Amino acid sequence: MNKLNFLSPDKNNLYAYLYSGISLFSLSILIVFLNSFFSLDFTSFLPGIISYFLPLFIGFIGLHLIRIEYSGIKFLDIVNKNINTNKFNALLSLLIIFAVIKSIPPLLSWFIIDANFAGDSKDACSGSGACWAYIKTWFNRFMYGMYPNAEQWRINLSFIALAFLGGVGFFASEKFKKYLTLYYVVVYPIIAFLFIFFFISGGPIFFDFSYGIIAAVISIVIGFFIPSKFKMYYFLIIPITIYILLKYVFFYEELIELGKIQAFEWVETGAWGGLSLTFIVSFFCLIFCFPIGLFLSLGRRSDLPIIKYISIGFIEFWRGVPLITVLFMSSVMFPMFLPEDMFIDKLVRVIIAISLFEAAYVAEVIRGGLQALPRGQYDAAKSLGMGYWKMHIFVILPQALKLVIPGIANTFLALVKDTPLIFVVGLLEIVGMLNLAKTNPEWLGFAMEGYVFASIVFFIICYAMSKYSYNLEQKYKTER
Amino acid sequence: MENRGITFGYGFLSQESSFDVQFSLIEYDGSHSYFRAYLVGLLNTILVSVIGIVFATIIGVIVGIARLSNNYLIERTAAIYVEFFRNIPLLLQIFFWYFAALRALPLPEKAEPMFGVFFLTIKGFFVPAFVWNNLDIFIYSLIAAIIAIVFVRIYAKKKQENQGIQTPVLSISIGLLIILPLLSFLLGGVDASVEIPVIKQLSQTSFTYEGGLKLPPELISLALALSLYTATFIAECVRAGVQGVSKGQKEAAASIGLTPNQVLKLVVMPQALRIIIPPTTNQYLNLTKNSSLAAAIAYPDLVLVFAGTALMQTGRAIEIVSITMLTYLTLSITISIFMNWYNKKIAIKEK
Repeated sequence: MNKLNFLSPDKNNLYAYLYSGISLFSLSILIVFLNSFFSLDFTSFLPGIISYFLPLFIGFIGLHLIRIEYSGIKFLDIVNKNINTNKFNALLSLLIIFAVIKSIPPLLSWFIIDANFAGDSKDACSGSGACWAYIKTWFNRFMYGMYPNAEQWRINLSFIALAFLGGVGFFASEKFKKYLTLYYVVVYPIIAFLFIFFFISGGPIFFDFSYGIIAAVISIVIGFFIPSKFKMYYFLIIPITIYILLKYVFFYEELIELGKIQAFEWVETGAWGGLSLTFIVSFFCLIFCFPIGLFLSLGRRSDLPIIKYISIGFIEFWRGVPLITVLFMSSVMFPMFLPEDMFIDKLVRVIIAISLFEAAYVAEVIRGGLQALPRGQYDAAKSLGMGYWKMHIFVILPQALKLVIPGIANTFLALVKDTPLIFVVGLLEIVGMLNLAKTNPEWLGFAMEGYVFASIVFFIICYAMSKYSYNLEQKYKTER
Repeated sequence: MENRGITFGYGFLSQESSFDVQFSLIEYDGSHSYFRAYLVGLLNTILVSVIGIVFATIIGVIVGIARLSNNYLIERTAAIYVEFFRNIPLLLQIFFWYFAALRALPLPEKAEPMFGVFFLTIKGFFVPAFVWNNLDIFIYSLIAAIIAIVFVRIYAKKKQENQGIQTPVLSISIGLLIILPLLSFLLGGVDASVEIPVIKQLSQTSFTYEGGLKLPPELISLALALSLYTATFIAECVRAGVQGVSKGQKEAAASIGLTPNQVLKLVVMPQALRIIIPPTTNQYLNLTKNSSLAAAIAYPDLVLVFAGTALMQTGRAIEIVSITMLTYLTLSITISIFMNWYNKKIAIKEK
């Protein structure tokens, strides 16, 4: 047995093993490094396959020589514990290290060194690397779709206002946040639906979207100065009032038509697109699907059989079909059931379809939270004389929703990732715009750059969302 | 509906479809009926879903276990893979593989053979095909082997319950799976020969491969994207499942003298599977539903063939969309009933 272990370090000549092991390990990394960064091949005098596997072999022996349970040398112990616990681990670690070293130069040269940043036509891209000039030229289209260049400040303004609204919510005091949450979850979806409803008339839609946000911002700013006694009513009444004022007094459409007010140009929804459309669709679907899902989940646990079975049927139907067929349905089947003179804009149809679809998933997630609560909570609430709604609003839902934050965040992430599917009805958000730009005869052959760009954008959005939900989860975690 | 002059009925299903489909598992051309087109689409959907599920499970389990490794590099690599692939929309990944990655493959005449028989080209992946004689006998022998394995398992379980003796079920199963089909070759007159794809010139500049099996690039990119995307979710399920087994269970098992392999097989896995299976079922369902994204890259699945081409030709939106949705509903419910049954079978039986 001792003889089998002859290459492992022992107490007597520990340092001899360590030095030779470290030098062999470093040598193997050096060979691969020089080979991949400077294309120098030291081992070329050996026959092909041996030269190919030589660094792996040397590194493996090196790691074997330094594998020791406890040496007292801090760095060595960290290395041994983390990448070098046994032979198999050492081999895999070496493979990963070599793969990383090997893949850095080609990636670096594609992304930066050989890439073209300047220029505004295809001719500028002659190198072997990526053609970022393509992204630069098409950047406006990827962000705003076919929205007219002169009008893009409207989108920007709306999103800045929305960000402001979010910022207020983020920094508001705890007490105020309660009302804000109520506002976001209950009041704002109703108002937002009103805004979207004006899509149907084919009127100047984006206005309504921005009115809504303006109304929300103004009402929240005023809300700071309202005594807390009246805040509940305030948040129900004021935003709608401000909205109506904006809609019918300050920006009254007939006044615009008469030329008394300088009108904006109406941009039809078909021209919307790019990343802003991704945000718009996600935003509206998010605020709609949550309340619908909440009611569905309560309906599924209801004692009334009709409500219960309708909810079950509804949830199982939407969960059983793919989103793409739902969108097909909304685009080809749904208009047939409408009266002849009625027309619903396709963006509205898409938003309704996605909201209903995701609501079913949200409902199942919330049901999980409701089921996880012990019966005692219900009984305690009932014994205090609370009715159904009071019990749910003040006792059950705050606890249940806290439990399902990760699940809801996952559903919302899935929603954001599903938005590219709206290409089915001809709406081109960022992925759709990429496919359009890819087929432009002046810019053929840059599919890779476009997809890498969109991947990075989506990765940033989704990763930020998942990290935020993780923070939220940690924050509301309570010991039970 | 009436005032738009639309009639309702499913009679169109038997009409001649008069369109062609690029890739189909059963014989099909324009002279067949719409119902046949529906079958072609359905089979293609099932094909890509099954491929996706198999590969997603393999990758997912490996990555999920790698996430639990005590090797820092392996754990990080797996984590980066999971975070990266699950935060990018599936549609974007399909487009990436189809329009960017697979377009970089060589033309058929320049393709380097892999192991001499596989040809990975821009026109698809050409693999050798088996040419069978008496295929049915071979399939019967396989079925017989599976039935025999079920019986062996039941017998082994009874024996263990009554006498406490363990039977090496796994090796017997593998043996049966090899021996019975082998017997069918020797005695049943089953004969298989391999057909290797051979390059063929169509015109001055156009080449293709003849013979063998052709996997179209649409299928490859779709299966690749689906399995890489779903594997991230399965990996998380596996990780959660293995972490969900408390440490005390492993220590208790080790303390009564079970070997590490036995601990894993008899104590950890049965408990972990109970946690892993329900969410993994959901992922299988999601994968099946997500396979409908095939329509975006023109892989002839149910949505493209039936809800796309057939709908455009017949204009029967209500019938076709309802059939499509019902089909997916049936598929999902079938998978979930099967997995619920399996889940119930392995669940803890509380007194």
